[in-house]
Amino acid sequence: MTTTAPAPRKITSAPRTTPRKTSAGDPTAHLTAEQIEELGRELDTLRDEVMASRGERDAAYIRKVISTQRKLELGSRAILLFSLFPPAWLVGTAGLSIAKILENMEIGHNVMHGQWDWMRDPKIHSTTWEWDHASPAEQWKHAHNELHHTYTNVIGKDNDLGYGIMRVDEDQKWIPLYLGQPLWNFVNACFFEYGIAAYDLELGKNLSKRRRNRPEFRARASQVLKKIRGQMLKDYVVHPLLSGPSALTTLTANFTANIVRNLWTHSVIMCGHFPEGVETFERRSIEGETRGEWYLRQMLGSANISGSKAMHLMTGNLSHQIEHHLFPDLPSNRYAEVAPKVRELFDRYGLRYVTGSLPQQVGSAWKKVFKLSLPNGFFDKVTNPVSLFKMVTGQDSAEQPKRAA
Amino acid sequence: MTSTSLRSRALRLLESVTTPLLPSDYLDLVDPLRAGADLRGRIEAIRSETRDAATVVIRPGRGWRGHVPGQYVRIGIDVAGVRQWRAYSVTSARPDGRITITVKAIPDGKVSNHIVRHAKVGTIIQLDQASGEFVIPAKRPAKTLFLTAGSGITPVMGMLRGHQLDDVVLLHSAPTADDVIFGAELRGLRDRIRLIELHTDTDGMLDVSRIDEHVPDWAERETWACGPQGLLNAVEEHWDQRGIANRLHTERFRPSVLVTGEGGPVTFSRTGKTIEADGSTPLLDVGEQNGVLMPSGCRMGICFGCVSPLREGAVRDLRTGEITTAAPGDGVIIQTCVSAAASACDIDR
Ligand SMILES: Cc1cc2nc3c(=O)[nH]c(=O)nc-3n(C[C@H](O)[C@H](O)[C@H](O)COP(=O)(O)OP(=O)(O)OC[C@H]3O[C@@H](n4cnc5c(N)ncnc54)[C@H](O)[C@@H]3O)c2cc1C
Ligand code: FES
Repeated sequence: MTTTAPAPRKITSAPRTTPRKTSAGDPTAHLTAEQIEELGRELDTLRDEVMASRGERDAAYIRKVISTQRKLELGSRAILLFSLFPPAWLVGTAGLSIAKILENMEIGHNVMHGQWDWMRDPKIHSTTWEWDHASPAEQWKHAHNELHHTYTNVIGKDNDLGYGIMRVDEDQKWIPLYLGQPLWNFVNACFFEYGIAAYDLELGKNLSKRRRNRPEFRARASQVLKKIRGQMLKDYVVHPLLSGPSALTTLTANFTANIVRNLWTHSVIMCGHFPEGVETFERRSIEGETRGEWYLRQMLGSANISGSKAMHLMTGNLSHQIEHHLFPDLPSNRYAEVAPKVRELFDRYGLRYVTGSLPQQVGSAWKKVFKLSLPNGFFDKVTNPVSLFKMVTGQDSAEQPKRAA
Repeated sequence: MTSTSLRSRALRLLESVTTPLLPSDYLDLVDPLRAGADLRGRIEAIRSETRDAATVVIRPGRGWRGHVPGQYVRIGIDVAGVRQWRAYSVTSARPDGRITITVKAIPDGKVSNHIVRHAKVGTIIQLDQASGEFVIPAKRPAKTLFLTAGSGITPVMGMLRGHQLDDVVLLHSAPTADDVIFGAELRGLRDRIRLIELHTDTDGMLDVSRIDEHVPDWAERETWACGPQGLLNAVEEHWDQRGIANRLHTERFRPSVLVTGEGGPVTFSRTGKTIEADGSTPLLDVGEQNGVLMPSGCRMGICFGCVSPLREGAVRDLRTGEITTAAPGDGVIIQTCVSAAASACDIDR
């Protein structure tokens, strides 16, 4: 008995998946179709090995993380009942921020991926889980598991690429509106959970008068509003009221914790697919994609973050984004273990494993946001003193815009 | 305001404190056995009975409603990190806040081996209320025969411990004297019951057609039988031939599979999984093996704890071979523990 693969398995003779051209050319050009399928088989074997070894140790791990998170959240909220005292505010806010991050990343995201479904515990299962987030689990799972993970980095198909509001590739036509994208991106980061709720709802596409009145959309919208109301009531009404004289400070504490959580999760998500070196793909190129080609796209379309154990935990192990995209339903505590084996495959097949420290990757992703907010070539000029001088003095008329190395 | 509406308001307030979780998610961290919690139990002791059987003492949570001797309880226990549900007869007599089950490890048995050899005192397990019809009626029979073999002694032990019965014969089979579960206790009951032990390694298997050699008045006795399939099938046939099937009560530990056939792809639409299934594996097992949340019960077609809607396709009842089909929109209810795929099918789980 076999489970169906998380990805299309159709094997046709359609053109193979090729990343969009970059300055370095096609990074998969050296691989034959045969080699790509062999790569896929090696990854399948690796996957089967780890999946078969799941057991008590893993179950104990997730239960421990969940109970620690719940105790941390309870403790922090208890301390915040006295948030009028600045030390209590500080400790409570820090604790609550960490609790919310753990809940969204290492627990919520991964449980809803079905990483823990094999335990068959109805309390820790993708079909029953609800998270501390504006987007209802049901809608997030559809947008994330079905769309983003299937269409990873396919322009026009993967909403995670710029969330439909940003210019993410030089081939996208530039319009002056994009000048504001560093600002949009920052605002989106601060209120990321609402941004996600909006794009899980496909709000942009559904706002037209005709679509907005569809019963299906209205039902989903009211689901989201209900979820947001519950979340708001908890953080901005009930807990502050319970704090009595500390009501106002508890409110600011909860607000801060939500912002911290949003900024953190946004940064981690940006690092997954945005840094320099990550490839994007054409919609056309994934038609009739084979298993091997699907794996290849996941390998080239994701980037890792290197760092300490604590950092991996706080990113929900999305610091192992490459491994996560290859095996989305592998329990998160196992990504660190498969990473060296995956990396060895990258080396053997001559592919680039994109990874870097958190500041490096966040910096790289933001650089891209700024760069693409300007017409092609502009960014390099304004950040390069020689060309800036030429531009200001009007000496660069004939020169072609250069691509970044 | 009535106290119930006060309580429901308080509960709603609490829920708005803990949303999106429930207050119980936090209370479970502190007291998983409290009143109002999902029914669970704590393993308080494990005693070895024979080389391959052990008795487990369980303290059920406060929601436990008690049992009648002969009934079974379903337990959900994590084996290698995976929740497994199985039924076990309650072997203790009267409520003292604890119950016991007695498990015999069967070759390659996932749960039975885990319980007998690896389970740890202090573990929290999931429980369900006791159920089952294999019990002594309120109007006590004048003459009783218990016909058991192997682990089939367990429900009967519960009855012997829980009831004072007149004129009891117990005919029990086990490979050797040492393999008789509760051997010492049963032999100690000799002044109350007539015990016939059959050690099959030396005495050979019980020939049911010659039961009168052991129990001459067997046909006059109200009989409770529990043991392997072969024994129960023979007993049912023999009692039927005598026209006294109404005096026979049997308890089976597993379904008797009659027919299997071709399988097909099974879709669990709520979970979004499609699995290629053969025609002999119950859909309950197919779902469970692939991480689908499947409700379950006795796992042998008696309790209806496993029913799920069949949205589309065809399934075969493994006990009878009967085919059940559903067209889109039908949502025919099927017992997943005794049904296997008979074509492509879609289960609403
Ligand atoms: C109402 C009821 C009461 C029960 N009471 C008891 C009890 O008091 N004590 C007790 O030990 N068991 C009892 N059982 C049986 C128990 O529920 C399990 O079926 C048994 O422990 C085997 O589970 P497992 O996980 O170890 O085997 P599995 O891993 O499920 O099965 C392993 C292999 O053994 C076969 N198999 C399954 N069950 C049996 C069986 N009973 N005998 C022989 N082969 C089997 C399977 O077909 C499979 O090939 C009861 C069952 C029911 C339905
Ligand atoms: S589990 Fe009891 S009938 Fe299926």
